Amino acid sequence: MEELLEILKELHADVDYDTCETLVDDRIIDSFDIISIVAEVDDRLDVAIPAEEIIPENFNSAKALWALIERLEND
Amino acid sequence: MLFTDYSFILFVAVVLLLYYIVPRKMQWPLLLVASYYFYYCDDWRYLIFITVTSVATWSCALIMDKIGGKGDAYLKAHKADMSKEERKAYKAQVKHKKNMVLLLSLLITIGILAVTKYTNFVINNINNFLKAGNGIRAMDIIVPTAISFYTFQAASYLIDVSRGTIKAEKNFFKMALFVSFFPQLVQGPISRFGDLSQTLYSEHKFELNGFGRGLIRIFWGYFKKLVIADRIMIAIKPMITMTDKYYGTYVFIAMLFYALELYCDFTGGIDITIGISECMGIKLKENFILPYFSKNVKEYWNRWHITMGTWFTDYIFYPLSVSPKMLKLSKWSRAHLGEKIGKRVTVYLSCFLVWLATGVWHGAAWNFVVWGLANYVVIMVSQELEPLYAKFHNKFHLKNTKGYAVFEICRTIFIMSCIRLFDCYRNVPLTFKMIASMFTKANLKVYTDGSLMQLGLTSADYTVLFIGFLIVLGVGIYKAQTKKDIRTELMKNVPLFCFVCVILIVSIVVLGAYGVGFDSTQFIYNQF
Repeated sequence: MEELLEILKELHADVDYDTCETLVDDRIIDSFDIISIVAEVDDRLDVAIPAEEIIPENFNSAKALWALIERLEND
Repeated sequence: MLFTDYSFILFVAVVLLLYYIVPRKMQWPLLLVASYYFYYCDDWRYLIFITVTSVATWSCALIMDKIGGKGDAYLKAHKADMSKEERKAYKAQVKHKKNMVLLLSLLITIGILAVTKYTNFVINNINNFLKAGNGIRAMDIIVPTAISFYTFQAASYLIDVSRGTIKAEKNFFKMALFVSFFPQLVQGPISRFGDLSQTLYSEHKFELNGFGRGLIRIFWGYFKKLVIADRIMIAIKPMITMTDKYYGTYVFIAMLFYALELYCDFTGGIDITIGISECMGIKLKENFILPYFSKNVKEYWNRWHITMGTWFTDYIFYPLSVSPKMLKLSKWSRAHLGEKIGKRVTVYLSCFLVWLATGVWHGAAWNFVVWGLANYVVIMVSQELEPLYAKFHNKFHLKNTKGYAVFEICRTIFIMSCIRLFDCYRNVPLTFKMIASMFTKANLKVYTDGSLMQLGLTSADYTVLFIGFLIVLGVGIYKAQTKKDIRTELMKNVPLFCFVCVILIVSIVVLGAYGVGFDSTQFIYNQF
């Protein structure tokens, strides 16, 4: 989770990722950010996020994104 | 049958009447018959194309579903005796099989679109390239109305089934209705099966509230189309066709007129579509959220033709950007070009391809290709300028002022309207020439010397347009500022609701641009 938060902070340092649950819905992160996140997660955590998993529910919060990464790791 | 034909209004009235008379389980079959009849009225041959697309979509989706189901069952049965690697390999095998079927189905559905819409474009370009006057002869191909819309809808269904996000529909006739549902057939919104299926196939009993909401939205759509869009088109036509006479300031006027025309035409059509559906209790996705109040081009594309934008994002941009090859390229570019530039390479490349595809989707002409790429350039430049904007705002603290917000909105409207001129003029070089003339050959006298009266509109027409524009603007500002749904507010006050309905009907009947002297035109997006 720490590494993911680091990735997210590098994108938008001013966002409180511990509490924010509307990252996509409130357009805090956009499609360009999402692609950056996927590339960083692939690079640093060695987890490939497929296109079908790129839905708002999976990217709306750091917690949801971490749950996705864990699910993909165990899949 | 155009939405603006009397026959269409009669057709909708009959369908709505029958919809609530027939047994409820017959409602969706009735819609299927109505949708095929609607398309048949345009040209009976179109039915062949849409039926082939529906059959291919339905059968391939079932095959993919079967492959996926078998795979899941196998994994479940062998849960204990398979290692993680073996499971992974088996899943990849199943995915590959599904992808093969998906590829075949997309080759059929998008193949039909490509052949019908783009063959002559390709032939013309080959002839131009070879400078062969009598080269390959253009083919006499039928291009079914709105083929791009229903093909994209079918493709989204196929991709969703292959991804396992939705189950395949077993009933062919239900699938055929999803592809052909008549209110949205000709200009969208491009619905997803997951969103539409539930509401489309459900049984709906008549509800006055929903029916009223739908009705007023239909009137509002016709008001925008017939009173504003079709009237202003009369003035636009000479300005974009007689370019020897109408250049300089006229280009600026044509640009603003076309911005209003396209908005009222397209959103008006969508209002009619959503309104008819609401009258039947069927909920469709919104396709516009006050696009002309956007503060930048990126935001504009999140609010304009939303279902098309999300289609390209979900089915082209994301799959392309996160594909193994792109991720590999991302790693390579970051290692060789540095973190800052390297990071951008794949995003910019995917974005380029998406905008190229968006342009091509809009039409088989270089104008649309350049239009798509112009959008791409503006979005990328805005992205690159963001740090500069941040510095500017840190220094001047204008960001949250009303004046700056108005400036941003006007800037976005100007940029988008300027790009949209590629949609107006005959070819790309002429469009560039006309845009340049706007800055180099401005003649401000045009506004005052009565030239605007020579464009086919009278002062009464301009008055109607101005009042119409103010009403549309007022409704927009009300929505933006109060965040309230104006129809919900109107429904709370029945006499006011009835009054607004009557005003809209009278305006459409008295001021609508139809009848003698007017040529009620096809909706612009029908041609896509």
